[in-house]
Amino acid sequence: MSKDQSYYVPKDLKKFSQISEFEPKLAEKFFDWYGEVFKAGALSEREKSLIALAVAHAVQCPYCIDAYTEESMKKGASEAMMMEAVHISGAIRGGASMVHGVQMMNKAKKLSM
Amino acid sequence: MKSLKARNNKLSNTKSQLEVLEGELFQTELPTFQTKTAQYGQPGLKPNQLEILQINMGYMCNQVCKHCHVDAGPDRREIMSQSHLQKCLGILQNHNIPTVDLTGGAPEMNPHFRWFVEEAHEIGVKEIIVRSNLTIILANKKYYDLPDFFKKHQVNVVSSLPFYEKKRTDAQRGEGVFDKSIQALKMLNEVGYGQVGSSLQLDLVYNPVGAFLPGSQAELEAEYKRMLKADFNIDFNQLFTITNLPISRFLDYLLASDNYEDYMEKLVEAFNPAALDGLMCKNTLSVDWDGYLYDCDFNQMLALKVDAPKSQHIDNFDLNVLSQREIITNQHCYGCTAGAGSSCQGSLI
Ligand code: SF4
Ligand code: SF4
Repeated sequence: MSKDQSYYVPKDLKKFSQISEFEPKLAEKFFDWYGEVFKAGALSEREKSLIALAVAHAVQCPYCIDAYTEESMKKGASEAMMMEAVHISGAIRGGASMVHGVQMMNKAKKLSM
Repeated sequence: MKSLKARNNKLSNTKSQLEVLEGELFQTELPTFQTKTAQYGQPGLKPNQLEILQINMGYMCNQVCKHCHVDAGPDRREIMSQSHLQKCLGILQNHNIPTVDLTGGAPEMNPHFRWFVEEAHEIGVKEIIVRSNLTIILANKKYYDLPDFFKKHQVNVVSSLPFYEKKRTDAQRGEGVFDKSIQALKMLNEVGYGQVGSSLQLDLVYNPVGAFLPGSQAELEAEYKRMLKADFNIDFNQLFTITNLPISRFLDYLLASDNYEDYMEKLVEAFNPAALDGLMCKNTLSVDWDGYLYDCDFNQMLALKVDAPKSQHIDNFDLNVLSQREIITNQHCYGCTAGAGSSCQGSLI
C-alpha cells in the first residue's frame, strides 16, 4: 500500500449505501431495518445516537464514530453527554476484562494448594 | 471580533460570496439549486400571496456572532430612516399585509424602533414580530423596559438561543451572551411572555453551533423546555430550528475551517422537495435599510434584489408586478430545503 493510502478512507462513509451493488436484496432489508432502529420509540432519537456513539467506540469503527458524533450533535447532545457515552464504552470494555479476573482467580485457587 | 466589512475581508463583497457559491464544486460534483428544483418540476420558483413584510431595520448590533448571515455588529452604521419606515407602514396598510417581521442587526437599536412598533400596532397590523437577540435588553438602561414595551404592543418575540448550555452558546454568540440571554428571558417571563394561557408569545431559535444540520424540531423543543425549566425555571412557547445558510460570516467560518465542501454536500444530499412549497420567499418580502426589496433576508445579504426592475424599491412598490416575479435562487437556497426545511419560522415540514 502506498503512503497516501489507508484501509479507512473518510469518503467511503458516503458510499455506505453502495454495498447494495453486490447484494441488493439483503442490503435493502438491512437499510430498512437500520432506518427503523434509529427512529424514536421507547428511546428518543438522541438516546439512540448516544448509544450508537458508545458502541462505535467499543467496536472502534472510525466511520461510525464520525457519523454518530455528528448525529448526536444534530440531536442536541452536549460535549459532556458524548464524552460520558465514550466513558461508558470504556467502562464496559474495561469491566469486561476485569470481571474475567474472577475466572482467573477461580482457576488460580483451584490450582493452588 | 469585528464584522467582515470592518476587517476588509474579501467575503464582505457579495460578489466574492457568489463566486464561491457558483464555484467549481457546483460546476463539477454537485447539481446547482436550479438543476435540482427543475428535476422536481420547478425550474423557477414563483411567490404565493404576500403575508409577511420582513423589515431589516439596520445592520447595527450589540453582538458580533460568528455565524451571522447579516455581518452585523457595533461597527455597522446602516440604519433605516424614519421616512423609509413610514413608507413601509403605508405598504402594510395599503395591502393589508397581516404580519410585519422586524429584524436587523438588533432592530431595537434603530432610533425609530419604538415609534414604528406603536404605529404598526395603531394601524392594526395583525402580527408584529421582533427578532430580539435578548442581550440588547440588558445592553443599556434605555432598553431595560423593552419587555414591558413589547407587552404593551402585543409584540411576538423571537429570540436566538443556539443551545441551552453556556459553552456552545457563547462559542457562537460571544463570551457572556448565554448568562445575559437567560437573564433577559427571565425578564420576559416575568411580564408574562411564554407563560401558559398568556397571549404573549416567546419563541426561541435553535441553530447548530457548527457545520452540521439541525435535528428534529419537536425533539429539540422538548429537550429545550425540559432543560431551561430545570436549570433556570424559564418558559417559552415554540422552538424554531433553523439551518445555517452558507453566506457571510457562516460562509467565512465554513471556508476557514475547511468544512465548506462537506457542508454543501450535506445540504444537497438532504434536499427535500417537500420543503419547496413552504419556502419563506413564497410569502415574504424583505426590505433593507435603504428601502430595496428582496425575496428574503438571505438574498438581501447577497445583494440579490427582486427580479422586478419596475418594483425594486419601496418607493415604487407594486404588488402586481412583484407577484409576477421569479424568485432569485442560488446554491445558498439548499439551506432552506435540507431535511425538514428551514425558515425564519423554523422547520417547514
Ligand atoms: S446573529 Fe443576530 S445577534 Fe448575532 S450579530 Fe447577527 S444580528 Fe446580531
Ligand atoms: S434563501 Fe431560502 S428563502 Fe431565500 S430565496 Fe433561497 S430558498 Fe427562498
